[in-house]
Amino acid sequence: MDSRLLIENVVIPAIKVAVVLGVMSGAVAYTTLLERKVLGFIQLRLAPRRVGFHGILQPIADGIKLLLKEDIIPDQADRVLFILAPVISIIPAFAALAVIPFAGRSFSVMGYEITPWITDVNIGILYILSISSLGVYGIMLGGWASNSKYPLLGSLRSAAQMVSYEVPLGLAIIGPLLLAGTASMTGIVRAQETQGMWFFFPQIVALFCYFISGVAETNRIPFDLPEAEAELVAGYFTEYSGMKFAFFYLAEYTNMIVVSSIATTLFFGGWLRPFPNVQALSFLNFLDFINPALSGVFWFAFKVFMFLYLYIWIRGTFPRYRYDQLMNLGWKWLLPLSLANVVVTAFILALRHG
Amino acid sequence: MFHTEILEVNMGPQHPATHGVLRVILGLDGETVVQCKPVIGYLHRGVEKLAEHKLYVMIPPLCDRLDYVGSASQNLGYIQAVEKLCGIQVPERGQYIRVILAELNRISSHLVWLGTHGLDIGAMTVFFYTFREREMILDLFEAFCGARLTTNMFRIGGTLEDFPPGWIEGTRRFVDLLPSRIKEYEGLLSTNRIWLERTKGVGVISAEDATNWGLTGPPLRGSGVNYDVRKAMPYAAYDRFEFEVPLGTHGDTYDRYLIRMEEMRQSARIIRQALDGLPGGDFRGKVPKKIKPPIAEIYHVIEGPRGEQGFYIKSDGTEKPYRMRFKSPSFVNLQALPALSNGALVADIVAIIGTLDIVLGDADR
Repeated sequence: MDSRLLIENVVIPAIKVAVVLGVMSGAVAYTTLLERKVLGFIQLRLAPRRVGFHGILQPIADGIKLLLKEDIIPDQADRVLFILAPVISIIPAFAALAVIPFAGRSFSVMGYEITPWITDVNIGILYILSISSLGVYGIMLGGWASNSKYPLLGSLRSAAQMVSYEVPLGLAIIGPLLLAGTASMTGIVRAQETQGMWFFFPQIVALFCYFISGVAETNRIPFDLPEAEAELVAGYFTEYSGMKFAFFYLAEYTNMIVVSSIATTLFFGGWLRPFPNVQALSFLNFLDFINPALSGVFWFAFKVFMFLYLYIWIRGTFPRYRYDQLMNLGWKWLLPLSLANVVVTAFILALRHG
Repeated sequence: MFHTEILEVNMGPQHPATHGVLRVILGLDGETVVQCKPVIGYLHRGVEKLAEHKLYVMIPPLCDRLDYVGSASQNLGYIQAVEKLCGIQVPERGQYIRVILAELNRISSHLVWLGTHGLDIGAMTVFFYTFREREMILDLFEAFCGARLTTNMFRIGGTLEDFPPGWIEGTRRFVDLLPSRIKEYEGLLSTNRIWLERTKGVGVISAEDATNWGLTGPPLRGSGVNYDVRKAMPYAAYDRFEFEVPLGTHGDTYDRYLIRMEEMRQSARIIRQALDGLPGGDFRGKVPKKIKPPIAEIYHVIEGPRGEQGFYIKSDGTEKPYRMRFKSPSFVNLQALPALSNGALVADIVAIIGTLDIVLGDADR
């Protein structure tokens, strides 16, 4: 194979994967700090501020602490699955990042054209759906392998919850897909550019369904029933400690970022700046003079950050749903609502395009 | 081949939501609770027996440590029982100071309850808000007597001290501030859809059942039974003040929540009246050096933050009590847990334990 082909097909993707993994791990670590800081702000307390300036080195200290912690495996646990479960839960979370477009315009380095996403497949969103639903295996197996009652209860809850909310989540995604006419992640953003609006406007119902289901899928308050520290101690990861616990934790935060990224891509125009068709606002792409890809990354990151903030805000405000109420909400409200949205969207599109 | 089994789960003694070392043996059919059996005794310290080996004046600190969240009420109840036994008169100013401190303590106890009850149901932020206000009360206690939690503020015949300078103004500031802060909690909870769903219709008990179970305090009044020791058998200076006893109608968790919220407002009202009408004179009356009650027995009840708090003392004429028994509201309220959790889900159990507002030190003694 000639060297150019080798670099284009092996080296550059490998570097891109490495960069995305690295940056995302850092982002995930700092999301935990963001969470603690924002919650601290909401709850009138200081949050971490000992390690580094205002606690900015806290995630690193946390990581070191978790690494050095004693790693306990319960006596009667299924050792193989117990060790495997956190890995199983974190891999799909990261794998979903493969098709997320972080910026719109590609740039060239040493004559090689580099796209700011790992890959762009025409079934991008379906790939994410299928991959991310694997995450529940980690939780299930973790709860099961612990051989303990609280984790088992937690993982059972989690399985039911994931299955229930996967359905409205999938249906909510169909709305923007219909509007865009493609399942490719970059294609969806481009469609929003050409149609001159973010899909958030026509698909507000879908966004609502998507975000609620997304919060439920990531097991966050008010849907954090699999952990539910008040009822189930810590739910499925009760028996986990040290780095294995950290893996579950990181998986949760990675999933938050993934859900936010998808919401950004589908409903908020991905890398596009606000009002992408209004020329007067083009100064918003102020990072263009360094690299056109950078302003895309900036806007993308900014929107993801807004979603993460919303996540944390919700956590600071709401109590936790009860199990049966959670099921009611999913099956009796979100499912019909998202289904109706698909029908109405399709109907309007059919009318318009004859 | 297929069959179902009742899963037996131990909730506690170490569990984040059992409010201390309470063990509840749960029989679960899926998420539904089919059996619920509270087990107590993990914090038993034999205080009643210990007290029989101590002089009357040495016992109040022990009482404080029973219900460490509402220590002023415990203290007050015991001391009034001894005073009744010996026929000791307390000057008016002492009575007023007692009422003020006991009501402050009621507010702080309800704040702890609200915060932890919120945590049980998953509302984290309320906890930090309530502890902010509780801190102000504890600061007032600290200014009064030096201690914050187990305060031991009352003495036989009166109180430990008179109010230090600036204390009354500080307390006024606090009671003026409190209603707006209560509004803040209610803004987070009272109209919150999830909170309503989690508390309405959960742990319902009828007025008749509540009476039969011997419930006291907010759990009893939540079912609509109008019984408050402060009104029924006024002690200290409670008959001098105007206040209302909030009553519920449904007897569910939400009603008990509303009642405690209203009780905090009423407590602030009592404190304000007491501060306005604070009489002059001594804060402590004439008390013999040696407390030596006649041969007699006495049972005295007061309204603690958790409900009716009873103190039984049997004296044999010596300086130490012959027998000493406490009736704790936590204990009698906890009895009703199996009855309240009829058909509940796991998540309801923590809500119900929270709404009973138990302190295990009080239940176990």
